[in-house]
Amino acid sequence: MNTFIQFAFVVSAALFIFGLKQLGSPDTARRGNMVSALGMLIAVVAALLHQGIVEYQWILIGFAVGGAIGASAARLVKMTSMPEMVALFNGFGGMASLLVGWAALAPGAGTFTLVTVLLSILIGGLTFTGSLIAYGKLSENLGSGAVLFKGQQIVNSIIVAAILGSAVMFCLEPANHTWLYLVICLALVFGVMAVIPIGGADMPVVISLLNSYSGLAACAAGFAVDNNILIVAGSLVGASGIILTQIMCKAMNRSLANVLFGGFGSVERRNRGEIRGRDQADHRRRCL
Amino acid sequence: MIPAEVFLTFILMLSIFLGFELIHKVPATLHTPLMSGANAISGITVVGAISLAGTGQQDLSNWLGAGAVALASINVVGGYLVTDRMLAMFKKREG
Repeated sequence: MNTFIQFAFVVSAALFIFGLKQLGSPDTARRGNMVSALGMLIAVVAALLHQGIVEYQWILIGFAVGGAIGASAARLVKMTSMPEMVALFNGFGGMASLLVGWAALAPGAGTFTLVTVLLSILIGGLTFTGSLIAYGKLSENLGSGAVLFKGQQIVNSIIVAAILGSAVMFCLEPANHTWLYLVICLALVFGVMAVIPIGGADMPVVISLLNSYSGLAACAAGFAVDNNILIVAGSLVGASGIILTQIMCKAMNRSLANVLFGGFGSVERRNRGEIRGRDQADHRRRCL
Repeated sequence: MIPAEVFLTFILMLSIFLGFELIHKVPATLHTPLMSGANAISGITVVGAISLAGTGQQDLSNWLGAGAVALASINVVGGYLVTDRMLAMFKKREG
């Protein structure tokens, strides 16, 4: 049975690859999406057949709740606000990877597992809050301007240092859950700090990047729970997301570094940014 | 026997190259649907969540797994449906 499940995962990985390939050209794009959805269905059914699963109740409740929310959100969202909806969905995917990584933490785990748990928590957490901020900016619930304050870079450096510190402590003392909670909180804070200095017009690029991160988070979670399909699909999304982000930056004649750190500048640069912002809004409309 | 970590890292490396190759020359009009479609695939984490939510042990892992199933289902179901809506609209405008 286990071998059968693994082969089913191989089939669904192939379908994801075909799906992504077809999504890349206008004639086949819609079919590509269906092919990829079929791959997901096969993977989910195969996972349900696993012998280790003895209780279906919570899985089904999870499906029902998540499926209902996802389906109604996708059905009800206005055509013009789809990019922010994608951001929101992406955030939930990141959070799911965080939870999977956390749940995979068992007493006596080896260093390799601990590191993958850490990575899925860090990447998943920053994807979650980063995507929520991106959603807020695009839907203009938060105001779309770049949020900048004095000493922001210093604060960010302190957060990064604290993440590294608590990550090392977590690997040294995995039984002490204080470090785990600290890493989770810091990852969530870091996601907010990474996205607030970026203006609303740049959000599509940021969402694409966060999408890539959520793939990497799924990949890390795959290492943590020893699951091939998570690793394959996660790294596919991670890699294609990065390259797509770069293509989108190029279409706006900017570098990725400029989008991510361009907010840290003088007022003069911000004015130029507004003009660019208009170009990008045009670009976004063309993309839609 | 190759250690599992090495084997999995091999898979990771090959998938990364494949991901780069797949998204080669994509027209700008397809950027958003492609991003959305890839986003739906990243909901694959639901498969990992399923194995944690079905252990039948009423412990923290089980609850975290159940939460992850719900969140990842939002990503999967919503992601595919939104992508399909985008592409449907796109087709109409082109034709």
